[in-house]
Amino acid sequence: MIRFDNVGVRYGMGEEVLKDLTFEIDKGSFQFLTGPSGAGKTSLLRLFFMSLKPTRGLINIFGHDSSTITKNELPSLRRRIGIVFQDFRLLNHLTLYENVALPLRVRGVEELSYRRDVIDLLEWVGLDKRIDAFPEVLSGGEQQRAAVARALIGQPEVLLADEPTGNLDPKLAQRLLRLFVELNRSGTSVVIATHDLGLMDQYDARRFVLNEGRMQIYD
Amino acid sequence: MTEINDQQTARRVIADAAAGERKFHSIVPNESVASNALTLVIAIMAFLASITLGAVTLVSDTARGWQSDISREVTIQIRPIDGVDMQQALDAAQKIAARREGVDSVTVVDEETTARLLEPWLGAGLDLNELPVPRLLKVRLDGAVHLDFIALRSELSANVPGASLDDHRVWLDRLVTMASATIIGGFAIFLMMMASTVLTVVFATRGAMAGNKNVIEVLHFVGAEQGYIAGQFQKHFLILGLKGSLAGGMLAIICFIVVGAWASSNVADPAADQVAALFGTFSVGLGGYVGVLILIFVIALLTALTSRLTVFRHVGTLDRSAEHE
Ligand SMILES: Nc1ncnc2c1ncn2[C@@H]1O[C@H](COP(=O)(O)OP(=O)(O)OP(=O)(O)O)[C@@H](O)[C@H]1O
Ligand SMILES: [Mg+2]
Repeated sequence: MIRFDNVGVRYGMGEEVLKDLTFEIDKGSFQFLTGPSGAGKTSLLRLFFMSLKPTRGLINIFGHDSSTITKNELPSLRRRIGIVFQDFRLLNHLTLYENVALPLRVRGVEELSYRRDVIDLLEWVGLDKRIDAFPEVLSGGEQQRAAVARALIGQPEVLLADEPTGNLDPKLAQRLLRLFVELNRSGTSVVIATHDLGLMDQYDARRFVLNEGRMQIYD
Repeated sequence: MTEINDQQTARRVIADAAAGERKFHSIVPNESVASNALTLVIAIMAFLASITLGAVTLVSDTARGWQSDISREVTIQIRPIDGVDMQQALDAAQKIAARREGVDSVTVVDEETTARLLEPWLGAGLDLNELPVPRLLKVRLDGAVHLDFIALRSELSANVPGASLDDHRVWLDRLVTMASATIIGGFAIFLMMMASTVLTVVFATRGAMAGNKNVIEVLHFVGAEQGYIAGQFQKHFLILGLKGSLAGGMLAIICFIVVGAWASSNVADPAADQVAALFGTFSVGLGGYVGVLILIFVIALLTALTSRLTVFRHVGTLDRSAEHE
């Protein structure tokens, strides 16, 4: 589904942040991505998300060579990927409901056809009571859960989550992890970047460990 | 207390779900300080550009007016000569001129009018017969056919002693030069005003867009097409630009009307007389009003277009090779 061949990334003229990455993410797989701060977890997720182009190597996403994907193909490919940003990136002038519905709204989907799904999803992440609230008045953890809901609303084939439990207490984190596992069982590939060893211990899955730009994989 | 609120919210959500379409907030943030400032800047620039446009059309219309008024009239002057009957000379000159092709009508400036013209210099109660005062004939030209001045002049001097033809050539030449200089100057000022309006609107729009970078990025990352994002901003900024430029342009039009009304209501007033002598009725012509309307739409379109290009430029920087970050 996503395949990396000898991929390297360098910002500007600096040292390579990611080196010689070769691996594959299968359909329906589940993996944790970990490593110390600054190891390149976010950079790697950006490569998956096609918002960063590698300096060298080949990336194949959904059967497309990433270097040949045109501007016009990008939105439709991106809709097959759900992403939770480390800094959430909610829009402050939209309500939670509108933020979560945004991926469908920009596709021109009829609002009535997804309203139930949005409300269900917000209920799932425990935000059904804040549906008309604006992100600014929410706690970090609430914003994070809203960002997760937004990533899921389009029923993506791959979910990328950057520190999705960073602002949550252990109980909520566990609950969110259960949501990801359930999502994975229904066929979605999941990649979760996290520092949280406790979280990884709760679920037995493949681990990608980044260190000094290189990746080790523990199956 | 909070529990009651929560229950209310939950109930409202369910009611909402059963009801019709929700009212969405616009994807582009609405009432930001930046967009209010932009509207104000656009209004001011539209006003200044409209006033310039009005003034330039006023001046160029007036200059053209001078030109055509003067070129449509020539004067025959008859100096009194001892032993020549003035009335006869006037009649003869009138006949000669009226026969000419290209002449519309010839009128003798009568004694009374002549006396009034001279009153400031010679005082009231003047008897023209006692004084050797030259008399005038006004010859109105029929603009369509060209009058042969040279032929008319020689025929007059041959047949009417003391007659001379003043075709205002010298005046006309000077006026034409002055009028065209005025028109060119006004046009240059208008072009500079337009250039600064365009630049100000473009930069102010870019400034207002700077705060929206995050919105553009999020829309892009949730899979919105570039054209969709640009369309949202374009729509928003078109309305914003239209609001500003309509306010500015309409204010300018009101100024034109008020000044025009003041000038024509005060004809008796000597100050207004001066103004009227120089600028005719001091009213901005139809061209000025049409120009202002065009200006309003051009400014609004410019605002929309700038926001569109800003979206394209910003989206272009989002998915790049790491080396370029
Ligand atoms: N846009 C950028 N320009 C230049 N350098 C960058 C950029 N983004 C990331 N880097 C650098 O690349 C390295 C990896 O950053 P990255 O954000 O991928 O780390 P991370 O593993 O996500 O860290 P954290 O756990 O703190 O989120 C860091 O040294 C960072 O300084
Ligand atoms: Mg990171």
